[in-house]
Amino acid sequence: MATRESGRETGVAERRAASLASLRARRSRISVLLGLARQKPLGAFGLMILVVMLLGATFAPLLAPYGYNETDLLNRLQGPSLSHWFGTDGSGRDMLSRVIYGARVSVYVGFGAVAIGTVCATLLGMVSGYFGGVFDIMIQRVVDAIMAFPTLLLLITIMSVLGPGQLNVMIGLGIASMAGNSRVMRSAVLATKEAPYIEAARCIGCRDTRVLARHILPNITAPMIILATLGLAFAILAEASLSFLGFGVPPPAPSWGGMLSGVGRSYFLVAPWIAIFPGLAISLVVFGINMFGDALRDVLDPRLRGGTHNL
Amino acid sequence: MTKYVVSRLLLIIPTLGLLSVGLFAIIRLLPGDVVDIMYEENGYAATKAEMREILGLNDPIAVQYVHWIGDVATGDFGTSLLTKRTIGSEIKQRMPVTLELGLSSFVLAMLIAFPIGVLSAIKQDSLIDYAVRSYAVGGLSIPNFWLATLIIIFGAKWFGWSPPVEFITLRDDPVGHVKQLIVPALVLGGFGWSSVIRMTRAMMLEVLREDYIRTARAKGLANSTVILRHALRNAIIPVITIIGNFLPGVLSGAVIIEVIFGLPGIGRYAVEAIRTRDYPMLQAINLFFALQVVGMNLIVDLAYGAIDPRIRYGNA
Repeated sequence: MATRESGRETGVAERRAASLASLRARRSRISVLLGLARQKPLGAFGLMILVVMLLGATFAPLLAPYGYNETDLLNRLQGPSLSHWFGTDGSGRDMLSRVIYGARVSVYVGFGAVAIGTVCATLLGMVSGYFGGVFDIMIQRVVDAIMAFPTLLLLITIMSVLGPGQLNVMIGLGIASMAGNSRVMRSAVLATKEAPYIEAARCIGCRDTRVLARHILPNITAPMIILATLGLAFAILAEASLSFLGFGVPPPAPSWGGMLSGVGRSYFLVAPWIAIFPGLAISLVVFGINMFGDALRDVLDPRLRGGTHNL
Repeated sequence: MTKYVVSRLLLIIPTLGLLSVGLFAIIRLLPGDVVDIMYEENGYAATKAEMREILGLNDPIAVQYVHWIGDVATGDFGTSLLTKRTIGSEIKQRMPVTLELGLSSFVLAMLIAFPIGVLSAIKQDSLIDYAVRSYAVGGLSIPNFWLATLIIIFGAKWFGWSPPVEFITLRDDPVGHVKQLIVPALVLGGFGWSSVIRMTRAMMLEVLREDYIRTARAKGLANSTVILRHALRNAIIPVITIIGNFLPGVLSGAVIIEVIFGLPGIGRYAVEAIRTRDYPMLQAINLFFALQVVGMNLIVDLAYGAIDPRIRYGNA
């Protein structure tokens, strides 16, 4: 009797302790996030910029006061005013609307390029690092060869073969960032490969594909996320540079880099706002993503310090 | 050391081989309609057959490659479709501008950015450090073509300054020549500064956490002695890496900066080569830039091996 009574009591106590623990865990998860924001204020600020950009790109038709290609020749080259916050360009198009719609191009190309670049680089790095041998040596020499080209020159050369267009820029940027990324992923795989749990997995008879997918991949997500974040900043900047040179997203699509090039340049002296706002948008977004990526890297994987993209 | 040098040199061979195959592929990957445009619109040939003949597309692919690589190895890059002059002479004419631009931005970066990075590391988490770090990330985020555009706009608006239309050679007017290059070099370098600052800071911080720094402090050395004699010396080794990383960045940047400031260098010529579909020229410029980067990486690795015994024996 006494033992049953005490047994029920411990059961209750255990349950109470468990629910308390889960509550504490939930609270601590939130407080960890808040603590991170306090610890890395610049990183949190960067994330905020990224979110604002994503919202702007998603809800562009609702947010933009005019269409991105809506010309109004009577009001061309107007300075910033209440009806045109960022002024108007040489054809009387509202710069604010163009900058908001421009976020769409950057998001589309940026995220697409990062997806291509990161997925391919991870696969390549995994296979190369895990199996090693002749295959690894061969892949790494190809990576060496690709990395010998200055990034922008490589990009414009790829674009000269693919031809301009949003999809092509995305593919070109993906290809260009793949080489360097795959090297980072490879070294991450090399570091994980020797861990005891990989050996254990092999011992219980896991096949290579299973080891790669279930044991290696989950353990290299940290560098992957960091690469993807910093790669996004790189892709947005590179898209802008390409469009500026005329090899990226062709007009009339509102690309931030494209707004700084072409016929518009002849108006810059009389209407500097045409040049100021798109460039400001690029700088702010890239700055935000870089800051967020740096904070992520410090938190997730401090070993990667100093390995940012360089255009 | 010999073993290290030999193994490093051997690594270059496959890289160069693959690189040449990639470049060789550029012209072969062109969609057929681009070749059509090349003779129809750009007038590089009268007929499609002639165009293909000029591009050397008629032989079997292996023969094409051997021909091409043989020519390149003997320094014959072919002729530019646009100017009908040899590509070698075109590059020789434009290289000094890019070289001067790159070198001056590099020297500026080393003189300015390196000390700033060291200072930022020594004063970690101080106001100076925060300012420097914000500047460094800002510099990485501001597109150089935007910065250059703003300088041109507000230079003209506020100071009545605008980049000269004609290129002034050093021989004609040395002062004008320097004046013409200083602004582009600053804009081009500004981008590199950020990464130099970030890397110097990171490396200096790493060195400052080493045991021998603690030992130096523990035996009562003055702070300045610890920094100058012990930390800086060790942090300077990685500067070689920075130098190696700087080159591809400068070459990339030169493309844009030369276009904006109208400097007749190789970068601008690459853009013009694409606009005019002068693919042999583009191919040669790519090869030229890539060879520079490969050479630079080799020098960096060898210098590392010579300076740091850990590398020589560790990975050789």
